[in-house]
Amino acid sequence: MNDAARAPARPADPTPFDVHAIRGEFPVLARRVHGHPLAYLDNGASSQAPRAVIEAVDDYARSHHANVHRGVHTLSEEATALYEGARDRVTRWLNAASRTEIVFTRGTTEAVNLVAQSYARPRLRAGDEVLITHLEHHANIVPWQIVCEQTGAKLVVAPIDARGEVDPEGVEALMGPRTRVFACAHVSNALGTVLPVERLIASARERGIATLIDGAQAVPHSRVDVRALGCDFYAFSGHKMFAPTGIGVLYGRESMLERMPPWQGGGDMILTVSFERTTYNALPYKFEAGTPNIVGAVGLGAAIDFLGSIDLDGAHAHEAALLEHAHAVLAPIPGLRVIGTARRKAGLVSFVVDGVHPHDLGTVLDQDGIAIRTGHHCAMPVMDFFGVPATARASFAFYNTFEEIDRLAVSLERTRRMFGGDGG
Amino acid sequence: MELKDLYRDVILDHNRTPRNFGPLEGASANVEGSNPLCGDRLTLHLRIAGDRIADVKFEGHGCAISTASASLMTEAIKGRTRAEALELFGRVHALLTDDAAVPDESLGKLAALSGVREFPARVKCASLCWHTLATALRSPAPESIPAVSTE
Repeated sequence: MNDAARAPARPADPTPFDVHAIRGEFPVLARRVHGHPLAYLDNGASSQAPRAVIEAVDDYARSHHANVHRGVHTLSEEATALYEGARDRVTRWLNAASRTEIVFTRGTTEAVNLVAQSYARPRLRAGDEVLITHLEHHANIVPWQIVCEQTGAKLVVAPIDARGEVDPEGVEALMGPRTRVFACAHVSNALGTVLPVERLIASARERGIATLIDGAQAVPHSRVDVRALGCDFYAFSGHKMFAPTGIGVLYGRESMLERMPPWQGGGDMILTVSFERTTYNALPYKFEAGTPNIVGAVGLGAAIDFLGSIDLDGAHAHEAALLEHAHAVLAPIPGLRVIGTARRKAGLVSFVVDGVHPHDLGTVLDQDGIAIRTGHHCAMPVMDFFGVPATARASFAFYNTFEEIDRLAVSLERTRRMFGGDGG
Repeated sequence: MELKDLYRDVILDHNRTPRNFGPLEGASANVEGSNPLCGDRLTLHLRIAGDRIADVKFEGHGCAISTASASLMTEAIKGRTRAEALELFGRVHALLTDDAAVPDESLGKLAALSGVREFPARVKCASLCWHTLATALRSPAPESIPAVSTE
């Protein structure tokens, strides 16, 4: 059977979202890879930047760069206004109560580490418990393991089922009298599972347990309202939502942040310093020691403005349709098994193909211009649960098309035959 | 850079049907190699008699490149002396990393690995088993050496 005959029937795009207009905003999507148009299906690892972000970063570097919060000269005041303007945008975008609740970090990982060291470490006693789930990214496992080792607390892991779902009753059963922190992903990076975080946060709060949500995979695909969620902490990275790398956000409820000691010491986080005594700056600066990633914050602010300028609900509906289409065209491929079949999923599909290791899939697909992620996705416990060393993962953004997903399916079928798969 | 240079028929064949795959009774050394970033993992079983590799087998899981490389390696080193096997390691390593290296006839089927160097992300897949072998052969006590990693 030739490739054309294999190509799945493509439905008319069921959403009115104008994907071709959006693609025009992302310069990199026009490039070719190995002679083929780039099909960028690795957005879960890092998304591409729109022109608005590229230009904001460029404009900052060309015309406004100086250090922030220090100089009285014009450029320093402009840089400070741009940096703090980005904080205001994040505040509104998350519906935080106050800009003092928005701490800029290097990314999700640093945000989780900050909470583990500054909130959890001084509070945890031997025998206390930190509760996470089985589908966490290593960034929401290892910081808690470290603080448990430091304090004698115990890391408790809530199970997942064969679909890759977390049963809320199972999690609640593990919220005991010694549970001090509950941390979980909003959306699983390895499986795409959307966790029932609203309910889990409410359950934790009823029991007086502090909550942290790893939102790295959720912010690109949904509107997040931290006050509606009611969590104490919410962490995400800029580069998965069309902003540059190296900038991320820790949202923290003000009453929590106030009670936390600084995590790192240095410039900007102090009011006065003498060799006898140092007094700390107000929120959020208490947690931003040293010169921050100013240009990254400017880019993040521009990304939020960009998201505010497009039909975001239409974009999210388009992503949901892409995911449904991906499941439909991948399922008939002989020997292909989707890993993670939760009823609520967002943004990605993880899979394995009999007889073809994910890395070989990744190399062959790259030759067809298709970028996917292969490996353990920094979620080794998830891989162990499903009994696979690695998976291939196609992850979507609203600028992806149905045609790109069809190309993925054709290329997978070709790869499978090349490696000697039977049938088909 | 052509896909067929990487996935030559010999590679695909040894991936589908790896030679010398499985446990080895009476092994004098069992050395683990792993590639933590991609999750490739193999165990190399060696039975060394005097100065010679009397038998060799491997187990584990990995991509086509790492599986085929290990399979080809076991065929190539069986019966060789330590020095011969290490000399072969050197030549294969050059083949995988040195753009100037030209496969000569004495490499036999191992020459099929020469396409890997055009795919830099995959070089460590092909070299994992060879680094594991070299570590085992250079160790005075191969039964007690720690796992080998290509990271």
